[in-house]
Amino acid sequence: MAFESFADFIAMGKHGPYVWSAYGITLVVVLANIVAPLMRRKGLVDDIKRKARREQAES
Amino acid sequence: MFETIKRLYHKFGSPRYFYDLTSKMLPWLVAATVLLLIPGLIYGLGFAPPEKYQGNSYRVIYIHVPAASIAMAGYFAMAVAGVIVLVWRMKMAEMVAKSIAPIGASFAFICLVTGSIWGKPTWGTWWVWDARLTSMLILLFLYIGVIALNAAIENAQSAARATAVLSIVGAVNLPIIKYSVEWWNTLHQPASIKMTSSAIDLEMLYTLLSCIGGFYCLFAVMLILSTRCEILLREQRSSWVKKLVGV
Repeated sequence: MAFESFADFIAMGKHGPYVWSAYGITLVVVLANIVAPLMRRKGLVDDIKRKARREQAES
Repeated sequence: MFETIKRLYHKFGSPRYFYDLTSKMLPWLVAATVLLLIPGLIYGLGFAPPEKYQGNSYRVIYIHVPAASIAMAGYFAMAVAGVIVLVWRMKMAEMVAKSIAPIGASFAFICLVTGSIWGKPTWGTWWVWDARLTSMLILLFLYIGVIALNAAIENAQSAARATAVLSIVGAVNLPIIKYSVEWWNTLHQPASIKMTSSAIDLEMLYTLLSCIGGFYCLFAVMLILSTRCEILLREQRSSWVKKLVGV
């Protein structure tokens, strides 16, 4: 461990706000890039199913 | 030999094959991402030694460097896909190229933001119009241009061909980014890791390599998830997609 205590770890020797904000922003952007395609996929599947049902009802 | 290449090409050009193959690959890639990235970042944040001159602010390196590498490699892949689109009109390449753009833009954004945050305590400024920083900003704008162009053209194939041209032309920026720290006297430091020698502590080096590997796997996961959506959208009339979603 490079730090004496947990408080030390959070503080990062005065650089805490910089390091943690960089990691936080990255986490948000990464999660967005995973959640977005998963939600899009769900929408697409629902859409394909809806279209198929409509076509079936018409025929 | 030529026949084998041709067969492989047709196989990979098939959206259905891509979909099936990535179904098998995804769990492994997710596992590799978790195994490389999480220990890498934890070690980088809490265990790797502080840097002699920068103290702990340098810990941003474990995301900044992988993000920069991926933003550039992603753009290169998009330009290569663009060539395949223009020369062979491969549909699969159109979908991959389109999917790379927002992910690459995200990594370029991460690279710029983390670099800026790192710059403040290290250089005393958030931003300078230095060659490396400026060319990286241009890379982000190129990605945004590709996304906008894709969105502006309704027909998927015409959009793919137009963005392919933009991606290929924009690729001249890649060597400029890479060599900017050598060609111009800049504030940004030159590369610390080289094939032959590294200028950093071994403990830091292995941690960084683990993070780079992990972020590349993460990029692959994002790209696959996004490309699979594109396949579902464009192949929705085909019988295999209908069967897949259960209609």
